Amino acid sequence: MGKIGLILIGVGVLFLFWVIGIFNALVRLRNQVKNAWSQIDVQLKRRHDLIPNLIETTKGYMKHERETLEKVTAARTAAMSAQSVGEKAQAEGMLSGVLGRLFAVAEQYPDLKANQNFLALQEELTSTENKIAFARQGYNDQVLFYNNKIQMFPSNIIAGMFGFAQQEFFEIQDQAEKALPKVAF
Amino acid sequence: MWELARSNKRKSIFLFAGMLLLLVGLGFFAGGAFDPQAGPFLGVTLAMFLWIIQLIISYFAGGSIMLALSGAKPVTRDMHPRLFNIVEEMKIAANLPVLPKIYVIPEEAPNAFATGRNPQKSAVAVTAGLLSRLNRDELQGVIAHEMSHVLNRDILFMTLVGVSLGSIVLLSNIFLRGMFHSGSSSRYRSRGKGGGQAALIFLAIAIVFAILSPIMAQLLYFAISRRREYLADATGVRLTRYPEGLASALEKMSRTDLVLSRVNKVTAALYIVNPLKRKGMQLADLTATHPPISERIKILRSLTYGVNFAAYQKAFESVRGRPASLIPKGGLSDAATVALRAPSKDTGPVEPVPAQRIAGDLIMAASGFTFVTCACGLKMKTPPDFRGNSLRCPKCGKVNSVNAA
Ligand SMILES: [Zn+2]
Repeated sequence: MGKIGLILIGVGVLFLFWVIGIFNALVRLRNQVKNAWSQIDVQLKRRHDLIPNLIETTKGYMKHERETLEKVTAARTAAMSAQSVGEKAQAEGMLSGVLGRLFAVAEQYPDLKANQNFLALQEELTSTENKIAFARQGYNDQVLFYNNKIQMFPSNIIAGMFGFAQQEFFEIQDQAEKALPKVAF
Repeated sequence: MWELARSNKRKSIFLFAGMLLLLVGLGFFAGGAFDPQAGPFLGVTLAMFLWIIQLIISYFAGGSIMLALSGAKPVTRDMHPRLFNIVEEMKIAANLPVLPKIYVIPEEAPNAFATGRNPQKSAVAVTAGLLSRLNRDELQGVIAHEMSHVLNRDILFMTLVGVSLGSIVLLSNIFLRGMFHSGSSSRYRSRGKGGGQAALIFLAIAIVFAILSPIMAQLLYFAISRRREYLADATGVRLTRYPEGLASALEKMSRTDLVLSRVNKVTAALYIVNPLKRKGMQLADLTATHPPISERIKILRSLTYGVNFAAYQKAFESVRGRPASLIPKGGLSDAATVALRAPSKDTGPVEPVPAQRIAGDLIMAASGFTFVTCACGLKMKTPPDFRGNSLRCPKCGKVNSVNAA
């Protein structure tokens, strides 16, 4: 085994280290995406947990808003059964929309607005919505880093070899906003 | 993204090195003034020893010392649910590992600060007056600013810098007092020929150094803290994506005449707005720990398109009217265009004060009553014909001075 053999072994070892390095970077990024997603998931669950309480509290006051309350319950059920990131995003957007409408309607019920329990729930839901928005920002940043790494050469080769798949962005579309009628002047 | 903000530390570290140099110089010349041979070395050793001791104490207890000095009390979620929620929101936005401990200072002057050692061990404190004056978006802006200090590692760095300033002031005080109180000049002359001349030269330099170094150190301290304030504003709005919240909070905080009762020159730099309001400020540019609020507000309000670091840098330059580097190059390539978000629908104060109390205070203020806020948080009202210049707090017994306005 001469010099050339040694050089070949050296190059081989270096190559191996290089592959391991990229592999580790991909794993780290994928874990960060997972971690960021769990941040969102915690808040989504929290919101789902708060809603039955909200319905219970408002039911007595909002006798004429049965439809609104039913929509909230339905949207919650849909959101809880959504599977993929894309589905969840859509369902949660819908839920935000109907919740927004419920709180808008609640403005017309002064007795409800004076109920401490309702105020506390409103604060919790507002904050949860904010937390979802901030967590989403973090999650989408992580997905962007990760997807870029997967698409770029040479890490794309290693990503392909070990089956690193692209992740979906979490883009909530507020259905309520979208449904606003366009007023023509 | 956050490493970029941290790389801006280089400039601050440069200023900090200047402070250390002052401390070493002070030890060197002050020591030399006592003994030209062994003195310089001993002086530097003593100065470093003093510095390191103070550093160790403040590393382990700086946060609690600061909180105790300000009279801050730890609070629970049931006492201030909305404050907790807002801190949690910002924790998520900043991606901090743990929730900072939350404190409320029972004072009416609206203000806030962050302290601690690192993001794992940090605390934010807000005054009761802040909670009763700001709405959700405004408080979020303030908390985001404070979280940015945690995120940018300002909390430890500012403690470090503050301690160094303290060491310099302490050392120069010890030296000057030693000089003028023990009639030392005669002792020098009697020490024989060898060291006499050198000792006199050392003495002269040491006196000049002892007088000038605290002033220089303070200027460096001010320069460092002002930079950190701008940076925390930039980072904060990057988190909330709503510059108007912080802008309007700063506006509200600057509009009050209330002052904090427990604050000193070193702790003042930690607050979001300068708690030491001086009338007829001269040299304001050099000796202010905080940038002028009006300037901070103007920069925030010109962020109408986006809130990334590049946008803030641009606004910073256009408001100051000249190129200036606040954010390092790396931070400017922060490609994410961060769009502004819509204001919250919630516009009431975070913690409303009962209406009748406000009305009562207004009537009293209009009829010439002077308000004195005690350290315990109790607000005392003195009638216009009150002639004394001190007032005992009926709640905690502390004697407060009444400033004749
Ligand atoms: Zn600050």
